[in-house]
Amino acid sequence: MEITLEVNGVPHTVVVDPRISLLDLLRERLELTGSKKGCDHGQCGACTVLIDGRRALSCLALAVAQEGSEITTVEGLAGDGQLHPLQAAFLEHDALQCGYCTPGQLCSAVGMLAERGPSAVTEELTGEPELTAAEIRERMSGNLCRCGAYPNIVTAIAAVAR
Amino acid sequence: MIRIEGRDKVTGRATYAAEYPVKRLAYCYPVQAEIAHGRVAGIDTTTALAMPGVLTVLSCMEPPELSPEADPELALFQRREVAYRGQFVAAVVADSYDNARAAAGAVRVAYEPASHDVRLRADHPGLYKPEKVNPDLPTDTEKGQVAAGLAAAEVTVEATYTTPATHNNPMEPHATVALWSGAGDLTLFDASQGVTYARNIVAQALGLRPERVRVVSRHVGGGFGSKGTPRPNAVLAALAARAAGRPVKVALTRHQMYDVTGYRTPTIQRIRLGADAEGRITALEHEVAEQSSTLVEFAEQTASPTRIMYATPSLRTAHRLVRLDVATPSWMRAPGECPGMFALESAMDELAVAAGLDPVELRVRNDPDAEPASGLPFSSRNLVACLREGARRFGWQDRDPAPGARRDGRRLVGTGVASSTYPARRLPSQASASIENGGYVVRIAAADIGTGARTALTRIAATALDVDPDLVRIELGDSDLPHASLAGGSMGTASWGTAVTLACQDLLRDGKHGFADTTEILRTLPNLARHAFGAQFAEVRVDADTGEVRISRMLGVFAAGHIVDATLARSQFIGGMIMGIGMALMEQTVTDLEFGGFTNRDLAQYHVPVNADIERIDAVWLDEEDDELNPMGAKGIGEIGIVGTAAAVANAVYHATGRRIRDLPITPAKLLL
Repeated sequence: MEITLEVNGVPHTVVVDPRISLLDLLRERLELTGSKKGCDHGQCGACTVLIDGRRALSCLALAVAQEGSEITTVEGLAGDGQLHPLQAAFLEHDALQCGYCTPGQLCSAVGMLAERGPSAVTEELTGEPELTAAEIRERMSGNLCRCGAYPNIVTAIAAVAR
Repeated sequence: MIRIEGRDKVTGRATYAAEYPVKRLAYCYPVQAEIAHGRVAGIDTTTALAMPGVLTVLSCMEPPELSPEADPELALFQRREVAYRGQFVAAVVADSYDNARAAAGAVRVAYEPASHDVRLRADHPGLYKPEKVNPDLPTDTEKGQVAAGLAAAEVTVEATYTTPATHNNPMEPHATVALWSGAGDLTLFDASQGVTYARNIVAQALGLRPERVRVVSRHVGGGFGSKGTPRPNAVLAALAARAAGRPVKVALTRHQMYDVTGYRTPTIQRIRLGADAEGRITALEHEVAEQSSTLVEFAEQTASPTRIMYATPSLRTAHRLVRLDVATPSWMRAPGECPGMFALESAMDELAVAAGLDPVELRVRNDPDAEPASGLPFSSRNLVACLREGARRFGWQDRDPAPGARRDGRRLVGTGVASSTYPARRLPSQASASIENGGYVVRIAAADIGTGARTALTRIAATALDVDPDLVRIELGDSDLPHASLAGGSMGTASWGTAVTLACQDLLRDGKHGFADTTEILRTLPNLARHAFGAQFAEVRVDADTGEVRISRMLGVFAAGHIVDATLARSQFIGGMIMGIGMALMEQTVTDLEFGGFTNRDLAQYHVPVNADIERIDAVWLDEEDDELNPMGAKGIGEIGIVGTAAAVANAVYHATGRRIRDLPITPAKLLL
């Protein structure tokens, strides 16, 4: 099946196997290996990308369903040689070790910072919640990090959110 | 220092094993045994071979050529006997991943099942005494008379502690891309903790001279021991590429990783501990039962930390192993020390309660002058200082020892402490150093699996050369580089750093090029007990209604020699402690008693800590000088963070609730029932 989608601002028209995930399309066909495959089942978050500005698990998204979508991967976060503020903060606060979950953490954090409304740990449900460390931890818990960089990830995100 | 490869990692440019752009790449997907024990009766590949894009099928019905010297886990498709559920019995090679996977599902395997035995138990008739335990330690030790020491004791603790099978679960699944040259040379892009070792093992399996094999592993998405040895994916990729006549990628799924990439053996540990009225230990015994597969003997050194921790006139440690119809266990972060210290440090807490002593004080009182089992002097030992500093920082002095006495709303609050330890060892390595284009290039076949090895070695080289780190470039992760030991056993920085320092010193003498091989130096070291130590503190809040355990505070204080880089070290210590939280509260792989294999083979069912599980956590270290280690004066730090965590949490849970959980993980059900 032929689809046209935009990845990091670049339009692509590709013929795809209807079984292929967006993640495999990015990694195996478009040579965009920044998005990682950690479980292929939507359980680890390493494949997180932005689809039309919202964070999404690309391993659970079928490529054929992305006709007309605008995808942003980790490769598309930096602009004009300048790191995205979150990328810079991850470096500064050592919010990564092996780096395999990092692209997903970054895309997830970009999407998360644009979200509104309460989470499971928000006490006051009216009004916009303050992005405390507890809120960041809760909202980033779909992105596993086996190296245990969580405290530094929270610090890095909080530094950018401020 | 900011991680040298950090920019590549945050921009998605760092290339992991499965990501090398290779032309004409084919994909291989394995077929796994569906019985725990027995024999493959036949394999019908007709349907699979007729499916779109399928190039070939490998299977045990037509064994591909491999060396008889191959490690049994790597001797793919050589025999029709099935040793464990999940073992690879066939594999499909196709032009795309989806085609290979679909065709693998269409391979029909008929079995002649045999009865299986997959359950470890302390009275298993098959338990035996292995010749040695990992890595090369005596199986048993005995000093004095434990029975006499127990008879003379004022207080005794006798308890059995159990730990479940757990899986390393690095975020990057094991993967290999294999390419054969026209001349028959093999290149593997492999997720590896040690390319020199991987090259030698793969070459042995394939019956090639090591020089014919090159293993490249520039970035590794975590390993925690599971990538310390080449896994079946490496040999499968090589076989599949040879059969298909084109490059082949094998990227294991998360599910497949549970079966073929190693795990921590479950353990059953019995501890007997006695002390006099002042809390001085009179007897200590640690007996362990654990498992391995029928293919490979892997005997975890679970009781080994008990040989070095506390002064006692009578000390006995023993390991017994049973070979079951299970997958082969292997290294998982701090093999031995990690499960063993859960038992010992839980027992020490029980002894403190029985003796009416503060658990910090009990440990201080039993600090030995020399290594208890061997009598060797310590190169340095600062456990007492770690305990004292941790107690001060954590606010331990005001602790009321009564269990179940503090409440914060629905939550019972408690604190616990445990000691940590890990050996400071080195393995032989080579390195070269040269001046190129006005800078310094250091080459070593080391691995950076997230430890920050590139960054640490850059600092070490810059120190040895007395130049700015910006002038130094490290090349690693390629077996064509000077041979190096693997990233494991917390030996990387110490082993590689020694070779790098000596190579840099050689360069300073020569002016152009330097080289070092540490093999001879490491043969002539004074015989000393070299270990890092630490003290770990935890505060838990246990929901009295649901049994949920939250860890509200955790502190680790470590004495690990000179710390090469503070930022990297803190991340490593904390990362180890977080993995320890997983061990304490949630991680377990459940053996399927009826069908063999594991029941929970993914991250939805095997739980690891998530961001929301981690609240206040910190790691600090003491300035420790030790001239008997290596040129850096550094002890390894990759593993000690996990070692004491589970016991600290279990001891805090006891303090909070009065419930002593001796069986990990500490799930809500165990607290409520």
